[in-house]
Amino acid sequence: MSVSTNPSARGRKAAAAPARRVRRLSGRDKVVLGLMVGIPTLIQLVLVWIPTLMSVGLSFTRWNGLELTDIKPAGVENYQFIAQDYPPFWPAMQHNVLWLAFLALVATPLGLLLAVLLDQNIRGTRIYQSIFFAPVMLSLALIGIIWQLFYNRDSGLLNFLLGTAGTPQAVDWFGDSSVNIWAALFAATWRHAGYVMILYLAGLKGVDPTLREAAQIDGANAVQTFFQVVFPAMRPVNVIIIVITVIESLRAFDIVYVINRGTNGLELISALVIQNLVGEGQVIGIGSALAVILLVISLIPITFYLSRAFGKDKEA
Amino acid sequence: MTMHEDALLRASSRGGWDRRTLLKTFGAGAVAMAGIPLLSACTGGSAPASGGAKTATFGSGSSDEVPKAAYKAVTDAFQKKSGIAVTTNVVAHNDFQNKINTYLQGSPDDSFTWFAGYRMQYYAGKGLLAPIDDVWEKVGGNYSDALKKASTGADGKMYLIPNYNYPWGFFYRKSLWTEKGYTVPTTFDELKALATKMKADGLIPIEFADKDGWPAMGTFDYLNMRLNGYQFHMDLTAHRESWDQKKVSDVFDTWKALLPFQNPNALGMTWQDSAKSLADKKSGMYLLGSFLTQQYTDKAIADDIDFFPFPEVAVEGQDAIEAPIDGLLLSKKGGQNQAARDFLAYVGTPEGQDVYASVDSSNIATAKGADTSKFTPLNKKLAEAISGAKNISQFFDRDALPAMANNVMIPALQSFIKDGNVDVKNLEAQAKSLYAAQ
Repeated sequence: MSVSTNPSARGRKAAAAPARRVRRLSGRDKVVLGLMVGIPTLIQLVLVWIPTLMSVGLSFTRWNGLELTDIKPAGVENYQFIAQDYPPFWPAMQHNVLWLAFLALVATPLGLLLAVLLDQNIRGTRIYQSIFFAPVMLSLALIGIIWQLFYNRDSGLLNFLLGTAGTPQAVDWFGDSSVNIWAALFAATWRHAGYVMILYLAGLKGVDPTLREAAQIDGANAVQTFFQVVFPAMRPVNVIIIVITVIESLRAFDIVYVINRGTNGLELISALVIQNLVGEGQVIGIGSALAVILLVISLIPITFYLSRAFGKDKEA
Repeated sequence: MTMHEDALLRASSRGGWDRRTLLKTFGAGAVAMAGIPLLSACTGGSAPASGGAKTATFGSGSSDEVPKAAYKAVTDAFQKKSGIAVTTNVVAHNDFQNKINTYLQGSPDDSFTWFAGYRMQYYAGKGLLAPIDDVWEKVGGNYSDALKKASTGADGKMYLIPNYNYPWGFFYRKSLWTEKGYTVPTTFDELKALATKMKADGLIPIEFADKDGWPAMGTFDYLNMRLNGYQFHMDLTAHRESWDQKKVSDVFDTWKALLPFQNPNALGMTWQDSAKSLADKKSGMYLLGSFLTQQYTDKAIADDIDFFPFPEVAVEGQDAIEAPIDGLLLSKKGGQNQAARDFLAYVGTPEGQDVYASVDSSNIATAKGADTSKFTPLNKKLAEAISGAKNISQFFDRDALPAMANNVMIPALQSFIKDGNVDVKNLEAQAKSLYAAQ
């Protein structure tokens, strides 16, 4: 008994010893650690938390942006205005929900499919990966030009392929408010799928190959192996993908902005925030209130992610 | 604003100015100087102390090549004449307009580029501008009454020295009209009759583009002024009049009669698309600002473009014209600097405006007696249309609160174009909230 416990006790001792040494910090260590924690905290505070709290505060005021004494309390009037009198708000909410549904049901599965296909060690897989990932890296202006070439009513590729270019039947992909959201969603998918693909490729590489072998020995076919063994094994990646998909659909902005600045059927909350906070159409109170609404909605997936992440830490 | 301004500036930068000439004129110094205004904009500017000093500073939002060079020519000519050195700080025009609040509250330049309309009056009312009645006493004779009215603040004092403007109206191709035998309409009924004829001839009668949202404001402004008068336009845009009244719904009802003649694909088109369509003789006429002509680099087409003012509808005939005015203002601080006042006075003379126009010829100089000998026949016609007008409006996005124009009117007009419906009650509810926040 004593013989058998001895090595483990010694092992525990050996493990504890370096831990005790870390606790004995020199003054210099404390300064370094203090700086390493303090500087990021300070940056976070100045760039994230203070503006956030100020936005929340300003969303309950009216302010013309001139003198600080011009700030007038307005109670919940800004929120009331947004909900009752601001026509683009509810369409924007609907479009954000549609955006989320589309990314979750079409774009993300597409990215997963691409990742699985490219994980098969086919020839030229790196080239395909680069091609699918390229849209994620392109700048806003370039995306605008690319889709303009594609969707333009009279000279665009799409209407040309449909054979309707230059005729009255040509589909107005950007101007017709019943189709332009789908045109924008298609463009968003084009970016989002590449992003998801890269993350899943990394996830698939991380799955222990012995799991697959074991499943095959047990007689599972390829589909079963994937959905019942590999996919659940990628749980950490799946959580990240869910959060990314939700956040991408909330902050979706660039594509609608390059099309028509988020008007006429392409309203999104983020575009409304920009319209109300930046530039000449600035209405600080209303813009802040919109930003707060977006923040509150974003908190849901963030909380979900953090509780998962920290919860797992405790388990381990 | 600014949105149409933006389009104009972008267009003018594409205009006939040769890049090489510009580089020759400035040499490498221009490159070095480009960084300075950005820095000074960040720190709020470190302008030299004014008051008696024979220098003045000048903040310019005219950052595109042609207008920038034109203002440089003006400051150089002024220095030669008066010995006063004017230091120019050029800021990218979008930034300049978007940051005007902080700019005016920080340490602004003595004088700066801006435009007539609601925002000039707004900042004047907030005490951020210096009145320049003394300058107007010197140069007031150079300006028409309509320009004087547009340069006046709500307190009756003068604030703006107009430099140039550009009118809105119908543009068309002369050759197409001669071929089909069309004549210029002067009343709304004639306009509708002409449009009907054009439609029968297989044309899009009235070219129209509103993907960017602002061009449709031109149609709204003109119908409003022709139906309810210039003063009502000013009162409505300043929100002294309610949107929820018959006069406003009448504007939209009248517009409904025009909608079937306007390009049905307007919501997917930019004004540049429409300009092309007019050039290709696919459409009969186009209501837009005169910056339209800068799209026509082919001289054969440019020479074939003609203009007529918006026809009479109900009141005041064709008295009012929509012609946004650009000019110079004096900041509160600049008000103490006599040299800056002298600079503004110089810009208000035909001589100063000729210097500007010699570089940037895409706009119409505002001072009487400015040299018109180099004008094209079209420019002469545009200038006459402005000088003949009793009232000059500034376009909706300059006459109204910018938030009203951007956030309310653009969606409202786009949905009106889509289905012919507009909710004036909601327009009033939004206007009330937005103007109250100012």
